[in-house]
Amino acid sequence: MGRFAARHPIWSAIIVLAAAVLIWAIFAPWPEALEDAIGRKKIFLNALFNGITLGALYFLVASGFTLIFGLMKNVNLAHGSLYMLGGYLGYETAAATGWWLLSFVVAFVVVGLIGVLLQVLVFRRMEGEDLKQTLVTIGISIVIADLMMWIWGGDFYQILTPAWLSGPIDLPLITGVSRRTGEYIYLTYPVVRLVILLAAIAIGVGMWLALNRTRIGMLVRAGVDDRDMLSATGVRIQRVFVLVFAFGAGLAGIAGVIGGTFQSVAPGEDTRFLLASLVVVIVGGMGSIPGAALGALLIGLAEQFGSVYAPTYAVVLTFLIMVLVLAFRPQGLVAVRR
Amino acid sequence: MAILDAPTDAATDSGSRAERRWWQLSGIPPAYWIVGLILLFMPVVASGFVLSQLLAWSFILGMIALSLMFLAGYGNMVSLVQMTVAGVAAYMVAIFGTSAVDTISLGWPWWVAAPVAILVAVLFGTLSGALAVRTEGIYTIMITLAIAAAMFYLVRQNYSLFNGFSGLNQVSAPVFWGVNWRAAVPFYYLCLVCAALSYLAVIYVKRSPFGLALQGVRDNPRRMAALGFNVTAHRIAAYAFASLIAGVAGVLLVWLNGQVSPGTIAVGPAIDILIIAVVGGLAHPIGPFLGALLYVFLRTFALDVLVSVGLAGERFQLLIGLGFLVVVFFSSDGLLGIWRRLRERSRRDPLTGETDG
Repeated sequence: MGRFAARHPIWSAIIVLAAAVLIWAIFAPWPEALEDAIGRKKIFLNALFNGITLGALYFLVASGFTLIFGLMKNVNLAHGSLYMLGGYLGYETAAATGWWLLSFVVAFVVVGLIGVLLQVLVFRRMEGEDLKQTLVTIGISIVIADLMMWIWGGDFYQILTPAWLSGPIDLPLITGVSRRTGEYIYLTYPVVRLVILLAAIAIGVGMWLALNRTRIGMLVRAGVDDRDMLSATGVRIQRVFVLVFAFGAGLAGIAGVIGGTFQSVAPGEDTRFLLASLVVVIVGGMGSIPGAALGALLIGLAEQFGSVYAPTYAVVLTFLIMVLVLAFRPQGLVAVRR
Repeated sequence: MAILDAPTDAATDSGSRAERRWWQLSGIPPAYWIVGLILLFMPVVASGFVLSQLLAWSFILGMIALSLMFLAGYGNMVSLVQMTVAGVAAYMVAIFGTSAVDTISLGWPWWVAAPVAILVAVLFGTLSGALAVRTEGIYTIMITLAIAAAMFYLVRQNYSLFNGFSGLNQVSAPVFWGVNWRAAVPFYYLCLVCAALSYLAVIYVKRSPFGLALQGVRDNPRRMAALGFNVTAHRIAAYAFASLIAGVAGVLLVWLNGQVSPGTIAVGPAIDILIIAVVGGLAHPIGPFLGALLYVFLRTFALDVLVSVGLAGERFQLLIGLGFLVVVFFSSDGLLGIWRRLRERSRRDPLTGETDG
């Protein structure tokens, strides 16, 4: 931090200034001139929070994708299908048992098992042939998409939030001042989105800890850096591969349940989330978990702010971020050291 | 990258043999004459439906897949943006020319609208290429896929220029020289000529110094850079050339369908183009056309076949996906690879196991 400030004093000043403006914009009530210029503060705060929670969802999908790619160089373009399958399974579980939390377990376990099957049956046969992996997983995703269409049809499924999570909550953030009474109005926000945001942060921190502080994480990191040397030291690397693949796929399944609760599950979501994770991973840097977090946050915020302030060009904003990153840092914002 | 290796030309080696028969004097193998004559006289036997909905559509999809084959086979750049390039050309024809949405369409005559549309498509494809060539292998696929998807969502959300979800319809092919190019037989010949020209253009460019340099870049970019070739410029130029073919195909596509909508350039069709090219074979420019023909026939008749074996007709995607999986798993260079292997097997001497000729 200090070194960065010493090396780039102008950049640091800009960053500090931007952060200060952001903090002021979030916490202080806005003057009327500003509200007239860019709309009400409530809209801004909602876009901010929606962007962050959407980023959390993108992080869950993209981190599984980037974990699998980073360690095994396996290109799994069926990742979006795993996401959508998790959503459908979560819907079925929640509808059948009424337990929302159980649907996470079911989605994680079942989709994780499918991930194991994919790893053993498909990827192990074509190690290092990334083009062939791409083609085969595209084929698999077409087949899975059509099978899901067969089973669940073209309808929209929304996973119902349990009673203790539904409804809004008042956040200690001022959205404005009431004209009649002069009291502050606070932001109300759905509880479930906040809980999911916290859960995503917990999963992210847990993953970081597991990768950096445990023995299995050490093996995974060593495998990312030099796979051959690791297997030469006697580690059963295939077992690590299967575990990581299952975990990454399971994350996609969990994200599917969350996506089904936030929004809905319907045909087409698989490509949407596959592309979202591609963009997130390109922006953040391949194979890096912090990169996935940063990329997901950026893309989520860009999408939400874009759709609020420039609805016609929301996607272009996301795309623009990707182009800028590719132009100036082709390896992604948080590149893995090689 | 095993799929892209071994680009042997099964079609050309028979012409280069020392002794030629009298019918081979032109250097063109007899198979070309036969296929060309069949295609030329197709309208005598085939109905309008076969001509426009099966063959013309195959030629158009084949051209788009050909542009992908050129990039992938000779440049080792698997681009998923080619359908979008064609879609840009199609949209531009509708925007600059005439369509039912007269608040958007400018109503230019076709001989201005179509070249400008192709030009815009080439610009778009070249820019996408300039972005994509910064990366290699799987990253290229990802970035071109992301570009294609961004374009799709942009077109779907933008109502002022692209008319959003419904797209632009009633775009008609022109009438000139007293011929209505909308009609089945003239349109068939138009597509046939365009497809043949782009096929020949790819063969010509492949053998030109530029094409040879591009193949050198494919095989060893570092050595080519050391020899003084500008690797990035060659790759971007390859994108520009491929975009030209895809752009022409896009103009034909909008004339065939009479409309263009976001569904034309969605991710699904973009992947279909990849499937067509891979199933046909990336080793020779004829592959994409074979793949397109197979795809169009499947797409048209899969419904009847599926219903006759007791499945619902909507399971078409399942059939395509499974077929694609089988091809990729067992013959990584598509139908052409299967064909080449069969030929080699038939030529092999049963006693020595060696191939003659």
